[in-house]
Amino acid sequence: MTRSTVALLILIACVAALPLFGGAYALRLGTIACMYAVFALSWNIVGGFAGYPSFSTAAFFGLGAYATGILMNKGIPLAAAVGVSLLFCLLLAVILGAVLLRLRGHYFAIASLSLVEVFRELVNNATDLTGGGMGLNIPLVSGSSVLSDATFFFYAMWGLLLVTALTVIAVSVSKLGFGLNCIRQNETAASMVGLNATLYKAIAFGLSACFVGAAGGLYAAWVHYIDPSDVFDILYSVKPIVMALMGGLGSPLGVVCGAFLYLGLEELVWRNYIQIHSGVLGVLIILLLLFLPHGLVSLHVGRIWRGLTGRKAKHA
Amino acid sequence: MPEPGHEILHLSNVSRHFSGLKALSDVSLSVSKGEVVGLIGPNGAGKTTLVNTICGVTPASSGVIRFDGRDITRVKTYQSARIGLSRTFQIVQPFAEFSALDNVAAAALFSQPGESLTSAREAAREHLAFVGLDAQADQSAATLTLAMRKRLELAKALAMKPKLLFLDEVNAGLNSAEVERATRLIHQLAANGITIVMIEHLMKVVLNVCTRIAVLHNGQLIADGAPRDIIKDPAVVDAYLGQQYAQRNAARG
Repeated sequence: MTRSTVALLILIACVAALPLFGGAYALRLGTIACMYAVFALSWNIVGGFAGYPSFSTAAFFGLGAYATGILMNKGIPLAAAVGVSLLFCLLLAVILGAVLLRLRGHYFAIASLSLVEVFRELVNNATDLTGGGMGLNIPLVSGSSVLSDATFFFYAMWGLLLVTALTVIAVSVSKLGFGLNCIRQNETAASMVGLNATLYKAIAFGLSACFVGAAGGLYAAWVHYIDPSDVFDILYSVKPIVMALMGGLGSPLGVVCGAFLYLGLEELVWRNYIQIHSGVLGVLIILLLLFLPHGLVSLHVGRIWRGLTGRKAKHA
Repeated sequence: MPEPGHEILHLSNVSRHFSGLKALSDVSLSVSKGEVVGLIGPNGAGKTTLVNTICGVTPASSGVIRFDGRDITRVKTYQSARIGLSRTFQIVQPFAEFSALDNVAAAALFSQPGESLTSAREAAREHLAFVGLDAQADQSAATLTLAMRKRLELAKALAMKPKLLFLDEVNAGLNSAEVERATRLIHQLAANGITIVMIEHLMKVVLNVCTRIAVLHNGQLIADGAPRDIIKDPAVVDAYLGQQYAQRNAARG
């Protein structure tokens, strides 16, 4: 295991201790932090490892949310419903990936973006099944108290984050990860040495969709009510990209740090600049990307530490 | 040279057009095991297109390509890599962020079934040593000189354990010492029993290593035969070699 893998696992373990320190607000924030980290790690498989900028996070988030919501309304328990949503998103994404990932660069980005719209319209129009624009109510899970409910969903989302992180780590050291790395660097050369690029990309797309779908399922059960404009919000597609860029493209540790940093900024800005929060957040993100183009992981922690403890902090 | 190795590659009436442009028309060619065939012709003659067509990068529009007894006309690029066809690129195509070692390891890993990353890296060391890049194994491919990157291409191609190897201008852009070194390597490969088809503009190299020469011009095969006959062929002199070359050659006897 490399140092950054260990650091990632320690970071995730620290997050698990969050309920010890705070009330409902901390739990809510923690749940969202885990959800964002799942998004960022998932996006990193196809965007970071394989180099295909996908905008389809929102598509599978919404799909997972609706799949779980519909199943739970049919009386299926939460865990089973989320599991089915995960498999459903995996399969669908592998099939769609085999087709969509023939496109490259901007073309792929636009095609993946259109998935969000397509799924949203499907859900909007399948009124009998999904409630259409009216939204969908989802039965309560345990419901003994608000706090125990919040704790339950925090740990559920945290567990999903752990599974996602372990999968991503396993992928990054496997033949699959090596192959995706080859595809990102030079797809022509990759297929020339016998790599089945279509298969690898389809698997990557599937893996990047399934955990997002499961997160959607947990989210739906957590908030009890979903509607198409909420869960198919295009921002869910954009955020993971920003997180990955802030944290460090391709590095699992980096993108998780990026997810946490992004959430921190979002909360901070939202609280203090309620009227102009989008603008302020945008400016902050631009500044970060301009002055830290390779993300947080490019900072040398050791050098900064020496700088802070030495004679004088040297900002360079 | 004893010729009677059995046929490994056979093209019958292979054509390839890019909408209106006929890049290859009715090319029929046969290569036997152990041969070193030089593929020459002016720029734009279709030499690289021919290699691309055989490897499945730009599939043939019509015609049949057989390799080692099987029809590979419609076989995809990655599949042709797994059955023993490998190539180097005229414009080198390294995985720029990888070390030289991982570049070659990738070739071994994905072309050989059942290879693991560890065993692929071990095999990669040997191939790097063969092309004389063992000292640069851990250097990133982007930092290598052009000559080194050309040899890296060769090591990658060899890691795929080819039965038939296409060399696309391995000597272009190299100085004479580097050319000599590359030529020695090609001789060694041929001695190891690898069948080679090489695209090459340096006639010195072609005449030095090739057992046979095929000439493409405007997408058509205009000559195919022993080197000493080809360089006197008037059609080839007209299309490619030029009168000066022919006269110099004649003067030398």
